[in-house]
Amino acid sequence: MDNLFIEPTDDQPKVEFFHDTGEFIISGKSLPEDVSSFYKPVMEWLQKYSLQPNLVTELTFKLTYFNTASSKVILDMLMIMEKIQDSKKQVTVNWYYPVYDEDMKEAGEEYSEMVDLQFNYISYTP
Amino acid sequence: MPGKKSYAGFLDFVFNVYKGMEAYKMTLAYEGEINHDIIKTFTSLAEGNMSRHEEPENLQKKVYHVLVECLQNIVKHASFLKTINNIEYLKNRGMLLICRNQNEYQITTGNLIEKSTKSYLEGLLNHINALSIDELNQLYKERLKTGQISDKGGAGLGFIDIRRKTGAELTFQFLPISEIHEFFVFTSIIPREA
Repeated sequence: MDNLFIEPTDDQPKVEFFHDTGEFIISGKSLPEDVSSFYKPVMEWLQKYSLQPNLVTELTFKLTYFNTASSKVILDMLMIMEKIQDSKKQVTVNWYYPVYDEDMKEAGEEYSEMVDLQFNYISYTP
Repeated sequence: MPGKKSYAGFLDFVFNVYKGMEAYKMTLAYEGEINHDIIKTFTSLAEGNMSRHEEPENLQKKVYHVLVECLQNIVKHASFLKTINNIEYLKNRGMLLICRNQNEYQITTGNLIEKSTKSYLEGLLNHINALSIDELNQLYKERLKTGQISDKGGAGLGFIDIRRKTGAELTFQFLPISEIHEFFVFTSIIPREA
């Protein structure tokens, strides 16, 4: 299975999914004009990966902004991670938030209440 | 070319617009087509303005968030209408006004909706306003879990999220404009001490 890379734009996040290491990183801003079509290849890639996942998977969100339409897709990704964990594999979620952005931290905490996954919260200065 | 009399009337109008904008501390006023590129332009303009005013980053973020959700609502839901009272309206046409005063940012949008959707929208907004913050958070999570992204690209979370982000009640009004349409005015208030 190939890695998945999508270059960022001013309204689309950077996607870096490394299959060999199980490190998946989504960073930047997410307010694409068409959320479904932007995330379609990302979700398809993750679905395929979930059929034969690595022993360890680390999903990292380092978003400075995401709109409400993107928030639904983030939950969908986390639910795939939960499925991977259910197959006795290790999954960690790293949730980065700008040091001033309590709302972004709370968004991560809300997701962690909705799925049964280990979340690490990391503040950073953008 | 307008005649002398009509040009004088037009000048009055221009001056009144200017005075109105000053009185309401308006930093941006727009009426026209709203699309994805225009959303990006306005959000970037607003970011630049707030940055120059050295607004706290958290406040900048909230204003940005509310702006995107309000404008995306127009892109997704503004009613398509060809002509009304002999005036042509574009699809996804709307109005955006941003005011910045001592205590708050006020973001107002105005757009046409079909009369048939008024009662649904009114019910939804009143329901969101009546909820406590805990109930609102609960509703948000439920919608996130059960909702699907519509063919228009919305997740049905915009208004809920605006209320959560601002902590203020959603202010709105429906103004009758024709037999089939209403002009929907929606205002979000973001306290500057946030």
